[in-house]
Amino acid sequence: MSSKSDQSKMSLDRRRLLQGLAALPLVSMSGLSFGQAFPTTKVNTTGLAITDTEVTVGQLHSATGTMAISETGSIQAEQLAIDEINAMGGILGRKIKVIKEDGASDWPTFAEKSRKLLVNDKVATVFGCWTSASRKAVLPIFEKENGLLYYPTFYEGLEQSKNVIYTGQEATQQIIWGLDWAQKEKGAKKFFLVGSDYIWPRTSMKIARKHIENFQKGSVVGEEYYPLGNTNFNSLINKIKIAKPDCIFCAVVGGSNVAFYKQLKAAGITANKQFLLTLSVTEDEMLGIGGENFEGFYASMKYFQSLENDNNKKFVAAFKAKYGPKAVIGDVTQAAYLGPWLWKAAVEKAGSFDVDKVVAASPGIELKTAPEGYVKIHENHHLWSKTRIGMGQADGQFKVVAESPELIEPNPFPKGYQ
Amino acid sequence: MTFDEIYNIALMQGFAGLSLFAVLLLMGLGLAIIFGQMGVINMAHGEFMTIGAYTIFLFSSLTESLAPGLIQVYFPIAIVCAFLIAFAFGWLAEWALIRHLYKRPLDTLLATWGLSLGMQQLFRSTFGPKEVSPTLPDWLMGSWAPTEGLDIPINGMFVLALTVVVTGGVLLALYKSRWGLRVRATVANRTMANAIGINTTRTDRLTFAIGCGVAGVAGAAFTTIGSTGPTSGSLYIVDAFLVVTFGGAASLWGTVVSAFGIAQTQSISEFFLSGSNAKVLTLLMIVTILMLRPQGLFAAKVRR
Repeated sequence: MSSKSDQSKMSLDRRRLLQGLAALPLVSMSGLSFGQAFPTTKVNTTGLAITDTEVTVGQLHSATGTMAISETGSIQAEQLAIDEINAMGGILGRKIKVIKEDGASDWPTFAEKSRKLLVNDKVATVFGCWTSASRKAVLPIFEKENGLLYYPTFYEGLEQSKNVIYTGQEATQQIIWGLDWAQKEKGAKKFFLVGSDYIWPRTSMKIARKHIENFQKGSVVGEEYYPLGNTNFNSLINKIKIAKPDCIFCAVVGGSNVAFYKQLKAAGITANKQFLLTLSVTEDEMLGIGGENFEGFYASMKYFQSLENDNNKKFVAAFKAKYGPKAVIGDVTQAAYLGPWLWKAAVEKAGSFDVDKVVAASPGIELKTAPEGYVKIHENHHLWSKTRIGMGQADGQFKVVAESPELIEPNPFPKGYQ
Repeated sequence: MTFDEIYNIALMQGFAGLSLFAVLLLMGLGLAIIFGQMGVINMAHGEFMTIGAYTIFLFSSLTESLAPGLIQVYFPIAIVCAFLIAFAFGWLAEWALIRHLYKRPLDTLLATWGLSLGMQQLFRSTFGPKEVSPTLPDWLMGSWAPTEGLDIPINGMFVLALTVVVTGGVLLALYKSRWGLRVRATVANRTMANAIGINTTRTDRLTFAIGCGVAGVAGAAFTTIGSTGPTSGSLYIVDAFLVVTFGGAASLWGTVVSAFGIAQTQSISEFFLSGSNAKVLTLLMIVTILMLRPQGLFAAKVRR
């Protein structure tokens, strides 16, 4: 049928004609191949970089600069997923080719590189960004050029774009169930909130405070923010000692994170005396903090490397086979791994690589093979997912001690929490 | 709150100020030697600290795999090596880069900034982009708790003691040794020093290398309280410059006093205000004083 439809466009578009002719021998050669079911002219009506055998995608993370610490895991996980998909035969009969761009931890560079990927390279989709700042920098470009971005990091919410699929948790998913667990299981009533001073911790703590005060009827006995990169927490620790909270609830990031836990331990605040729940320590951060400094403290995440299920065992084994036995997998790394798989499912459902059709097909897409278990894309482009509580171990891993019974609905614009 | 609790908190808060003083002084000291004595703005100071931190990491990994029994004792040896390795890199950097730029002080700023970026990428390629965590000896961890409710951080005491030793050593060397004499002569009047037979080129190289070595010691010591990663050094560079500029570039005593002043202001204001506001207050104080005294707290008495 393809040749007929090609012929009808012949007079309209010389280039299409040539493409159609090029596809002819392929169609006649392999009667059962995808080439026949999904000719390039059908699956690509917007001029993306797609041939009969290949589809080009972009990857945009910081491989250099300060954020390389965090983004390396995402780069590796996305590559692993793409390799696995290619080994299965690719998407609609086409192998995935990746163009890697380096955002270099610099937000204008992210914007520039995303324009290059979308305008010059005509990539079908982009897996990328890590910080909210980099996402905000590329968002207008993705919306203007009608690109598609899979964004892996857990973040503050308050955003929803037609052109972005958010594979990490938004703030309410990560926070609310964790706080309820702290109240129920640990009897926490008095909370001390600590964060680095930028948008994600501030928004997260705002949600946490509303939930503690309005829904749990507990109290917030302190709320403190320190500049990014701050390495001295001794005065803060003394304030915590005076306030005597049941729970230190924290979202400290980057180099500050390491300093915070080393100094907590040095000040005698250890897990046997103090309950601490954090939003910002994954297995990746544990490498820098050192398991002995976080032992017995808790983190609220959707994924831990130690999760016991068959999907995850396979994922961890494949990741270690590719990146070495010492490689660790944090929450965001797993979320990044979901990106290519979710895109594959959406493209196959849509039967097309066109961004509009893939976006339209995305809500309702399920992934039963996700390492974190079952996930589903919501109408608002975020994922339904479970939240887990992990307890830090001396070897740098987490022991999963609790798990939300149901999938938690993503709610990027939570009413009553603003 | 009981009287005992207030007393304990006051003690711990006093120590917090003291330990911040030690940290600031130790990170500023190497810079003060280089900036103060040579006028070179070394933007790669933080990366020389990172060299020290990675030396500790290397030693701890080697000790763990080759001689696990020695894990309690490797630390002091590793600190000495951190000095030597950073010293060697400093010597190299001066020979390859800095010595060509003495007559163009603003270009050293650019050159050392480039050096710092290059070194960061070198760390990233060698040790990987992720942070690492050296295994520290048990005696450096945790707190000393003489009474219930009073915890004095052991790593804080360690950094304090090390700072006293290093600062004492540098002051002694600068005012009692032949090298110190040559350095002071060169600072006071380079042409004259040259004329009376001081090899100012060698003096410069040694001074730069010693400054880098001291930075290495600081970086090594900070593995007990902070992170070890390719960009860890950049966490300290701003504060280090602040301490040196505020103290008056050409005076080591100025650096000591300025570190003490900044540490106390910051630690006390952090206790009564929020973290970010405390930083604003500290910076405001520094800016105001520098507007009144652009030469810093202590100006060197040099005829120019």
